[in-house]
Amino acid sequence: MGRFLILVVVLGAIWLLLSGYFDKTLLLIFGAASSIFTAWLAKRSGILDDEGVPGGIFPGIIGYTFWLVFEIGKANIMVARQALAVEPKLSPKLFYAPNPPRSRLGKVIFGNSITMTPGTVTVDLREEQILVHGLTEELADVDGIHDMGERVARIERARA
Amino acid sequence: MIEAMNWELIRDVLSWVLFIVGGLGVVVGALGIVRFPDFFTRLHAAGITDTAGAELIVFAMMLQAPNWLVVVKLGFIAAFLALTSPVATHAIAHAAWMTGFRPMEGPDLRYEGDGK
Repeated sequence: MGRFLILVVVLGAIWLLLSGYFDKTLLLIFGAASSIFTAWLAKRSGILDDEGVPGGIFPGIIGYTFWLVFEIGKANIMVARQALAVEPKLSPKLFYAPNPPRSRLGKVIFGNSITMTPGTVTVDLREEQILVHGLTEELADVDGIHDMGERVARIERARA
Repeated sequence: MIEAMNWELIRDVLSWVLFIVGGLGVVVGALGIVRFPDFFTRLHAAGITDTAGAELIVFAMMLQAPNWLVVVKLGFIAAFLALTSPVATHAIAHAAWMTGFRPMEGPDLRYEGDGK
């Protein structure tokens, strides 16, 4: 029931912000009705779990997002330097890194964070390990990626 | 009145800086896609366009928005871009891996089993 209410509130907020109708009663009623109907459909199709409504990753995910934006900025500069260099010093490499998050949601957040950071792409995701392709020796940093995974695992543990 | 003008000026300057840096990100990403040697390294160059390029341009547009509802909508666009572009990148990288495509490795950019 908790997840159902969270989903109704979030859907209602998105409806309100995208439509911009704050004082038209009839339309507001329709908006509320469609939010509840959509949440009911989600419940009926059995996707109201911690993946469909990942309320548990808040508030940890907010701090993580800021940290990730900073990391992406640094990695962007490194990859841009290679793209603009007269002779790019590439040393591409495939390597396995540990995969600390336990839940499937945590693994997805971790894998996507790696892919989003320029210079590293998640190629294969397994239970215990993650296969990553790195652009240079500096970017293919197993410890850095392990640290990122530990941060995701910490968000995950915070909700338990 | 003067304060309002200053805010306009600050907003314009900030958004132009973001537009130019974001535009440079897109150009550098495109350049990288052309210059890097193989499929997997080119994915990394596309990553610059996905993150720095797209997101900075959306942030610059947020500063130029006429009202806060538009800012919120652009915020949704930024969030969904950030959530979906790595999924697409991973999908093609994983598809290449599963079909047996292997990347060049090492500083001398050789394919595995390449006898040079």
